Amino acid sequence: MDHEVMNPEIEALDCVYEKPGTLTDTKFHYCPGCGHGVVHRVLMEVIEELGIQDQTVGVAPVGCSVFAYHYMNIDMQEAAHGRASAVATAIKRILPDRYVFSYQGDGDLAAIGTAETIHTANRGENILVVFVNNAIYGMTGGQMAPTTLLGMKTTTSPIGRTVETAGFPLKMADLVAMLPGTYYVTRHSVHTPNAVRQLKKAITKSFQYQKQKKGTCFIEVVSNCPSGWKMTPLQANKWMEENMFPMYPPGDLKVPK
Amino acid sequence: MLIKERTTSVSDIRLMKGNEALAEAVIRSGCQGYFGYPITPQSEILEYLADEGRQRGMIVLQAESEVASINMVYGAAGAGARVMTSSSSPGVSLMQEGLSYIACAELPCLVVNVNRGGPGLGTIQPSQGDYFQSTKGGGHGDYRLIVLAPASVQEMADFVFDGFDLADKYRNPVLILADGALGQMMEKVEFREYNPAEHMLPKPWATVGKPKSRERNIITSLHIQPEKMEQINIHLQDKYRKICENEVRYERVYTDDAEFLIVAYGLVARIAHRAVELARAEGIRVGLLRPQTLYPFPQAALRDLATEQIHGMLVVEMNAGQMVEDVRLAVEGKVPVEFYGRMGGIIPSPEEVVQALEKLVRNDVKHHAEVY
Repeated sequence: MDHEVMNPEIEALDCVYEKPGTLTDTKFHYCPGCGHGVVHRVLMEVIEELGIQDQTVGVAPVGCSVFAYHYMNIDMQEAAHGRASAVATAIKRILPDRYVFSYQGDGDLAAIGTAETIHTANRGENILVVFVNNAIYGMTGGQMAPTTLLGMKTTTSPIGRTVETAGFPLKMADLVAMLPGTYYVTRHSVHTPNAVRQLKKAITKSFQYQKQKKGTCFIEVVSNCPSGWKMTPLQANKWMEENMFPMYPPGDLKVPK
Repeated sequence: MLIKERTTSVSDIRLMKGNEALAEAVIRSGCQGYFGYPITPQSEILEYLADEGRQRGMIVLQAESEVASINMVYGAAGAGARVMTSSSSPGVSLMQEGLSYIACAELPCLVVNVNRGGPGLGTIQPSQGDYFQSTKGGGHGDYRLIVLAPASVQEMADFVFDGFDLADKYRNPVLILADGALGQMMEKVEFREYNPAEHMLPKPWATVGKPKSRERNIITSLHIQPEKMEQINIHLQDKYRKICENEVRYERVYTDDAEFLIVAYGLVARIAHRAVELARAEGIRVGLLRPQTLYPFPQAALRDLATEQIHGMLVVEMNAGQMVEDVRLAVEGKVPVEFYGRMGGIIPSPEEVVQALEKLVRNDVKHHAEVY
């Protein structure tokens, strides 16, 4: 909206909520209702509030969030598919006083990058891994992911995922929580205001733990894919609560003792 | 950053294995990070750095795979550090995707391939079977590595310093292509005077945390608009042209009066040198051209040698004939180019090379015209 034609009464109002400076002006390419935009924003809000924009390096994955660095106004690297945690490991080793995070989806982190994910967590690298799990390959058009639920239809599981052909949904947060290198493992969502607030707290805590060199922090965000799931945003969030949450229940999996 | 007390102020002579000499040079070059995975016949590099390198301030991480290693090199190079990895043939194959990303993102780094016999799991014995992979890109897309081919333990060390400096100068990955014998054999090596701080270039593009005073730095190889991606490619090709103009290195031996020329690199050039001496004792006027850079390839030097004086060339390699294609392209059919090679980890003897040369001499039309 053009600033000059705005209602002067509106201009007189106080600004109580605005875009953080850690987000660029580039418009998100994400589909309507997708969780990525909210996760991006919350992550960048925390970085702004902690005042660590100049001390943070992020790593983007391959997948829907491949362009995360278009939106996040911080120094970033774009990793090869699945390798974000290896890239983040090396950045952190070279720059141990910087805050480093990787931002990855379920195809990236739980399929092609499983080895890097496990070993990064097992080494206890002092980084934050943000894992957005929507149980589908969104960017490539809705194929089955390791986290796809049994019975769930995708373009490569057209009659629904079966154990016989594709095994079981992979619970990555549960897996990394078992490893002694992880310090904080938690699962969240962004489909309600309260859930967003909880995620923001978890991200803030993770950066604090990183400063204290406590080990790997791993935050799974159970999210949706209205386009890939072929639902409206509201339907997708309802479906997520009813079907994703029983398999991937929100809550802490590992908290500091 | 992590390079304190690594200056070599007086050159220093030691007797060392090729892999260890290379690793010692890595420390002295000011390398800040090494990320690697064990594989024969180069594991001494990782072992030496895990001990000596760490003691002298290097970050040394044994990764979960070569795939992870090369992506760690990507991350660390992107964070502005002087970094490297090393491996041998099957491991280097696993790194090709990462190298393509590194080349496109223009990240300076050093990669070492101590070549073993393939294909497949092959053998741990020396080979030059990775010439094509090394010099033609190796991974997907149009890109090149600067490829240095040492022929002695001395050059295993020297090319580390040169390699890091070239990588920084061109923001391009540099590959040292050695082989199992060069990695394992012991020779005298003299470490040059070298102060890393004087050689390391500023990296304002590195992702180190964005201060308010500048725009954010992004390390990426993704440019989804074809017009932009074409510009990236044009830029890379311009850079490779500059590298070809400025960085060709080779050594010529006995070429002034030569009627025949052997072309060989690395370990095989050492064997070919002996073969040249044996053949000259028989009265065959033969010289040797040894490329020290395989990319850029000494194309002009070979073209200049393909004159009236030279009757034929023999390319000797430890593979099925790979560099021979580049030699033939360079001489453009002006002289016959024959090939002799051994594969699968077998090292040719000087006598075998002389026999191959004698066959070339026997079949030589010009030579016969002069003799009869």
